[in-house]
Amino acid sequence: MSASIILETRGLCKTFGAVTAAKDLHVTIAPGEVVGVIGSNGAGKTTFINMVTGYLEPSSGEILFNGKSIVGTVPRAITRMGLARSFQVAQLFPELSVLDNLIIALAAAESPRPSFFRPLRTRAREARADAILEEFRLTAFRDARVTAVPQGARKLVDIAMALIGEPKMLLLDEPTSGVSVDEKNALMDTVMAAVRHHGTTVLFVEHDMDVVRRYVSRILAFYSGEIIADGTPDHVLADAKVRELVTGHAADGHSARKGASA
Amino acid sequence: MRFDKTEIALLGVGVALAISGLLAPGWLIFLLTVALAKGLVVQGVVMQMRAGMVSFGQGLFYCVGGYAVGMGGQFLGVSSAVLLLVLGVAAAAVLAMVLGLLLTRYREIFFAMLSLAFSMILYGVLVKGQALGSTDGFNVHSWGLFSGPASNPTMTIFYLTLACAAVVAFFLHRYTRSGVGVVCEATRENEVRVEYLGLSPRWILYANYVVAAVVSALGGGLTALAAGHVDPEMAYWTTSGEFVFIAILGGTGSVFAPFLAALVFALVRTYAIELVPNGWQMILGITLLVIIVFLPKGLWSLFSRKKEGAHS
Amino acid sequence: MQSLFAVFIDGAIYASWLFLVAAGLTVIYGVMRILNMAHGSFYAIGAYSAASMIGWYFADGSGNAWVSFLLLIVCALAAGLVVGTIIERGLLRYMYGRDEILMVIITYALLLILEDVMKIVWGVSPYFAYQPYTALGRVSMMGLKMSTYDLMLIGVAIVVGGALYAWLERTTLGKILRAVIHDREVASAMGVNVAKMFTITFLVGATLGTLAGALTAPAISVVPGIGVEVIVLAFAVVVVGGLGSIEGAAAGALLVGLCRAAAVHYAPEFELFVIYGVMSLVLAVRPQGLFGRTLARKI
Repeated sequence: MSASIILETRGLCKTFGAVTAAKDLHVTIAPGEVVGVIGSNGAGKTTFINMVTGYLEPSSGEILFNGKSIVGTVPRAITRMGLARSFQVAQLFPELSVLDNLIIALAAAESPRPSFFRPLRTRAREARADAILEEFRLTAFRDARVTAVPQGARKLVDIAMALIGEPKMLLLDEPTSGVSVDEKNALMDTVMAAVRHHGTTVLFVEHDMDVVRRYVSRILAFYSGEIIADGTPDHVLADAKVRELVTGHAADGHSARKGASA
Repeated sequence: MRFDKTEIALLGVGVALAISGLLAPGWLIFLLTVALAKGLVVQGVVMQMRAGMVSFGQGLFYCVGGYAVGMGGQFLGVSSAVLLLVLGVAAAAVLAMVLGLLLTRYREIFFAMLSLAFSMILYGVLVKGQALGSTDGFNVHSWGLFSGPASNPTMTIFYLTLACAAVVAFFLHRYTRSGVGVVCEATRENEVRVEYLGLSPRWILYANYVVAAVVSALGGGLTALAAGHVDPEMAYWTTSGEFVFIAILGGTGSVFAPFLAALVFALVRTYAIELVPNGWQMILGITLLVIIVFLPKGLWSLFSRKKEGAHS
Repeated sequence: MQSLFAVFIDGAIYASWLFLVAAGLTVIYGVMRILNMAHGSFYAIGAYSAASMIGWYFADGSGNAWVSFLLLIVCALAAGLVVGTIIERGLLRYMYGRDEILMVIITYALLLILEDVMKIVWGVSPYFAYQPYTALGRVSMMGLKMSTYDLMLIGVAIVVGGALYAWLERTTLGKILRAVIHDREVASAMGVNVAKMFTITFLVGATLGTLAGALTAPAISVVPGIGVEVIVLAFAVVVVGGLGSIEGAAAGALLVGLCRAAAVHYAPEFELFVIYGVMSLVLAVRPQGLFGRTLARKI
C-alpha cells in the first residue's frame, strides 16, 4: 500500500483559539502526482503545508509520509526524509549572495553536521551551484546579494534550494505569488521541468487557475479549513460549490482571460 | 594546505610583531600583550555576532580562563603556563557545553540578558568566596612556559600570547569560511530556512557558542598570566560591555579587526584616563554612537572599503 | 515564626524597591521595544538630584521630614522630565526602528556617557540625604524594629503600580498606548501618532527611573556607579516578569525580592546571585517570562 501512496493525512485538524484552520482533512497522494491546491486566503492551505512539514503540530489527526507517521517530527528531519517545501515569501539568506545560498543548501544536503575547518565553498559545490543556476536561468544573479534580486528570481532560488536535497515530494506554497503575470508561466515552466527531471511528486498552492490547469493532474479545493472537492481539474473546477466558494466568478473571468491571451 | 592572502598577511604581521618585541620598550610590550589577549576574548564575541547573537556576558569565560590560571597555580601547584591555559580552556569548554544547552534556546535581547545573568552569577559567587580573596581577587603564582618561574615573564607571555593569537586567528579565518562558520551567518539571516535545509540551527549555535567560549577563556588565561592578578571584576557585566564595545569598534569584517580594535582601545584608554580621568567613559560612549551611525561595520570597513574602491 | 515574618517584610521592602526601579524599564520596553540600559543612569540622576536637594533643604540643620519627602518626589519629576526630554528628542528619536539588540547597545553608549556627565556635574565624592530616612524614625511590629521610611516605600510602590495600571487600562491615552504595544503598524495606520506616544512613554519611563533613584537616595550613599549596579537588577526583574508587562514587573519584583530576603536570612552566601539564579530558572521553564507572550513567526 505504501508503494502507491507517498503522502497521506487522516482526520487532520488544527485550531488556533476559536479559529479552525483545518478540519478533518483526509488526503492521499500517489508518487509522481502533480496536485494543485486552490482556495481563498485563510482557507487553510498554508496551514496544511505547515503541518505536513512539521512547522505546526496538528491538534489531532495523523500524517504518514511513505507509510511512516511524521506527526511531532521536526522540520529538519522531515526534510531529510525527502519531503521539502518552498515558501509563500521566499525564505533565503538575504545578506548572502545567490551562489552562497545555493552552496549552503548543497552542503546541507550532503551532511547534517557541517565541518568546523574545511571551507564550505569548494570547486565541486561551486560547479554544481552553477549548473543549478543555469537550470533555473538565474546565472545573471549568481553573485548578487539576495536583497538586490527581483521577486521572481527569489522565488526560484527558494524552490531551487528545496530541490537540491532531491526530495521525493515537494510542496510549493504559492510559487507564483508576487511574480508578475508575464513571468508566471516562465517560472512554472522552469520549476516543472526541473521537477519532472527528478521525478518528484508535487503539491502546489496556487491562486491563478490558468497556472493550475496548465500543470496539474488533480486539484484539492480548500474552503474554511475543509476540502470541499478533490478530483481532476475539469471535475473540480466545474463543481458548483467550488465555483461559488473558491473561484467565484472566475469561471467566466477565466474563459475571458484565456480568450485574451490566445 | 594552501594559504590565502589573509593567512599570509597574518604570518607577516605576526613576524613583524615578534621582531618589534625585541626593540619595543617594556610598557609597550605589556600593552600589546594585553591588547592581543583581550582581542582573543573579543574574537569570541565577534564569532557570536556573526551568528546574530550579542553576548553581554562573555566576561564569564574571560573570568573562568583567568581564575583557572590563578587557581591552578594556587591550589594545584601548576607552574606551567601552557598547562594553566589548557586548564582554563577545558573549564570554559565544560561550562559552555552545559550553559549552551539552555542559552541556545534564546535569541536577541533574551540571549544578551541571560548570558549577562550567568556572568553575574559567577561574579556573585566570587565576591562571596573568601578563599579566593573576595572582591580583591588574588595574585597569580609565578609561572614559566613549561615549568616556572620564567626568567623574563614579560617577554615570555608576550611571545606566548602572540603565538596563541596567531594560531587562533588562523583557525578563525578558516572557521568563518567553513561549514559551521557560514551556516552561523545563515542562521543569523534566516533560521527557518536553515531548519528546512535539514540542519539544526540550535546545534550550529551551540557549537559556535562552545568554540567562542574556548577562545575567550584562552584570552582570559593569557590576561591573567600577563597581569599577574585576577579579580571578580572580570565577570562583572561592564567588563563584558567593554568586549562588546571593542567588537563593534572593530566590526566582523576580518579576523584582524578584533585585535586592531583591542589595540586602539588600549592605547586610547591609556591616554584618555591620564588626560580626562572623568571623561573616559564619555569618550567610549560617544565613539560607540559614532561607530553605530557612521561605521556600522566597524573600523575594519575603513580598510575594506578602500579595497572595494580599488576594484571598481 | 519571627524570622519568617522578617523575611516577608524584608522581601516586601526589597520587592517594592525593585518594582520602582523596574517599572520604567518595562513601560519603555513594552511600548517602544527598547531595552533601555540608560535606565540605570536615570536612577542615578534621580538619586543625585534628590541628594543635592535634600542637602540644600537641611543645610541650616532643620527641616520637616514630610516636606523633604515631597521635595524628593518633585525633584525626581523635574529631573526625569528634563533628562528624558533631552535624550529622547536629542538622540533616541533618530534611532527608532533599529534592531532591538542594536538599541541595547545604543542605550549602553548612553549609559557610559551619562556616567561621566554625572561625575562632571556632581563630582566623585559621595552625597548623603539620610535626613528623611532618620527623621521618620522606626516602628516596632511583632518584635521587629523597622524603618518607617522603608515601609513607606511599599506604599509608594503600590501607588505607583496602581497608577500605572489605571493609566494604561482606564484612560484614553492608555488605550492608545496599549494599541501601540499590541501592533505598532496597525496603530499607526489607524492614525495614532506613534512618535508622540514614544515621547510620552519615554518621559514616563525616565521619570519612573529618577523617582526610584530619588526615593532610594535617603537610604544609601550616592556615589558614582550606583546606576550600573541597579540596571542589571532591573533587567533581571523585568525578564522574570515578562518584558513589557507591568503585572509581570510586579510579580517578578515580588518573587526576586522574597527569594533574596530568604537568602539573606537563611543562606547569606547566596545573596548576590540568588537574583540571577531565579531569573535563569524562570527563563529555563518559561522563556517569555511569567507574564510574557510569545509570537510564532509567520511563514
